[in-house]
Amino acid sequence: MSDVLAVTDHRRGDLRDVSYEIITAGRQLADDTGGDLHLAVISGPVDNFAEKLNREGVDAIHTVSHGEEFNHDVYTQTITQLYDELAPQYILTPNSVNGLDYAPAVANELDLPVVTDTIDLSANGETLTATREMYGGKVETTNELEGDAVVTIRGAEWPTAEGTGDAAVEAFDADIDEDAIGSTVNGFEEVGGGDVDISEADVLVSVGRGIEEEDNLELIHDLADALDATVSSSRPIVDNGWLPKNRQVGQSGKVVTPDVYIAIGISGAVQHVAGMKGSDTIVAINTDPNAPIMDIADYAIHDDLFDVVPALTDQFQ
Amino acid sequence: MKILVTVKEVATVEDEFEIDGTEIADQYLGADLNEWDDYAVEEAVQLQEAGVADEVVTVTIGPEDCEQTIRQALAKGADRAVRVWDDSLEGVDLLDVNAKTEILSAVVEEEDPDLVLTGVQAGDDSFGATGVALAEEIGYQWGAVVNHLEHEFDGDTASVRRELEGGVEELTDIELPAALTIQTGINEPRYASLRGIRQAQRKELDVKSLADLGVDESAVDSDLELTDMYEPESESDVTVWEGSADETAAELGELLRDKGVAQ
Ligand SMILES: Cc1cc2nc3c(=O)[nH]c(=O)nc-3n(C[C@H](O)[C@H](O)[C@H](O)COP(=O)(O)OP(=O)(O)OC[C@H]3O[C@@H](n4cnc5c(N)ncnc54)[C@H](O)[C@@H]3O)c2cc1C
Repeated sequence: MSDVLAVTDHRRGDLRDVSYEIITAGRQLADDTGGDLHLAVISGPVDNFAEKLNREGVDAIHTVSHGEEFNHDVYTQTITQLYDELAPQYILTPNSVNGLDYAPAVANELDLPVVTDTIDLSANGETLTATREMYGGKVETTNELEGDAVVTIRGAEWPTAEGTGDAAVEAFDADIDEDAIGSTVNGFEEVGGGDVDISEADVLVSVGRGIEEEDNLELIHDLADALDATVSSSRPIVDNGWLPKNRQVGQSGKVVTPDVYIAIGISGAVQHVAGMKGSDTIVAINTDPNAPIMDIADYAIHDDLFDVVPALTDQFQ
Repeated sequence: MKILVTVKEVATVEDEFEIDGTEIADQYLGADLNEWDDYAVEEAVQLQEAGVADEVVTVTIGPEDCEQTIRQALAKGADRAVRVWDDSLEGVDLLDVNAKTEILSAVVEEEDPDLVLTGVQAGDDSFGATGVALAEEIGYQWGAVVNHLEHEFDGDTASVRRELEGGVEELTDIELPAALTIQTGINEPRYASLRGIRQAQRKELDVKSLADLGVDESAVDSDLELTDMYEPESESDVTVWEGSADETAAELGELLRDKGVAQ
């Protein structure tokens, strides 16, 4: 019988969705190991968070009141101390930007293996089987490891936990070494106001790296004009400075829910899909019939965008 | 200031490929400088051009074949390179985070940089964990997913922005020495100039074995065992339009009209 310790994520006073998903993932794993599911709730309004997180399947919630926001040193110190105290088999954390800012450090400090961005997990005795992707989602792999481990889970892969639980909520007396804290968060900034709000658009013509060169973007603007649609993009187009940041769809950009999303030369990496999977109708134009975008597209054209896009524009001019 | 940049040659996969055991069959693979590392190299070179850094060194774990990729980084302005390779690394399916951390930390100890820059993740295995694990191992401070680094350093402090989800950035001060994992978009990576490419041929590229670094061979024994690789099962019920570009574009046009777009 071994336990699972799952760490929750929050920002600016709100729990993030993955905090409820990690309860589900943690419960499944704890069922496999025949143990308890412990949650760690670190910094912010922890009592308020603990109340919300007290859902079905949670056995214990450990709160650590320390500052309002995330600090990776506080997280690393707290989690390693919780590990020493509770001796769980697995430490689960979100594969969020903050998760990636402490999970590898916790693993290294505790001399445990770390397996990141998992999309499925099961345990059998001492063996953990983790499913994850490689090559930008082109292949899936299963990976096995023995013994204790730190595991990060991808968001939106497990359903959120529901129901009310009767977990014991306890303040954990973490011994934080303030001298060891080497970074300070000075604030937050929202990026990408600007000319249009793509999250309000009914029709998005979205362009990715398949467009190859900045000059070729004209094809996309022409199509958008003809359709009376709005232009958005995947990350590389914004990284290249070809479109402003407020046009980026995805995990670190905007979440969009148009009636029609036309993905042109976009592979459909998980971080992109996170921003557009809620679109009503998804159309993909891509030369690669196996691109991950095909998994969520409703309609697809497996052909060269430089042939298809002008032919499409022509019809509407 | 001395900057060490981790540079990885990643495998790229063709559109159509076959899997051979737990690997993609060789003939479908290409090689390239990891996209995220390209931005890390650029950031280091810009710091050098700004007079902040005196030396930019790259470190790569990889066989001789990847020297072409290392030369790319040298051609973009890095001063010299270290490549770590060892027979014991040959044939390892998946070098896990602990193994990379142990090898790279030995190089950090030798080089003693003020700043280590790594990519946020590698495009092939996408662990996204090496930079932070390395920092912890060597007792450096760190920051993950950095998309802006102030080129004016306030004493021993780096001011960065970390790119969180949903278009929110965190403004953070990090004490040096530190390791930062660099996100794409932090800068505009340059193309190597012809002159740079010529100069790169003459730059020092030091090859080290695990023994040279005092790393035990057991370091490469990954805790993680890759047991299967397969193409993800598609749950999609996508309608694929076939035909010439004109024909498929006409189908899409019809759908758009049905949906009330541009009438
Ligand atoms: C922490 C983090 C956050 C991220 N946040 C985001 C985010 O918010 N949004 C985002 O989009 N990405 C994000 N990314 C990046 C993401 O992982 C991918 O790198 C990115 O989405 C890839 O963009 P792409 O599909 O345009 O390019 P690629 O993956 O390079 O795909 C290009 C596609 O175009 C196709 N193509 C090429 N030529 C043609 C042609 N002539 N005709 C038709 N098709 C063609 C190819 O087959 C391929 O499928 C993030 C990554 C990280 C690590």
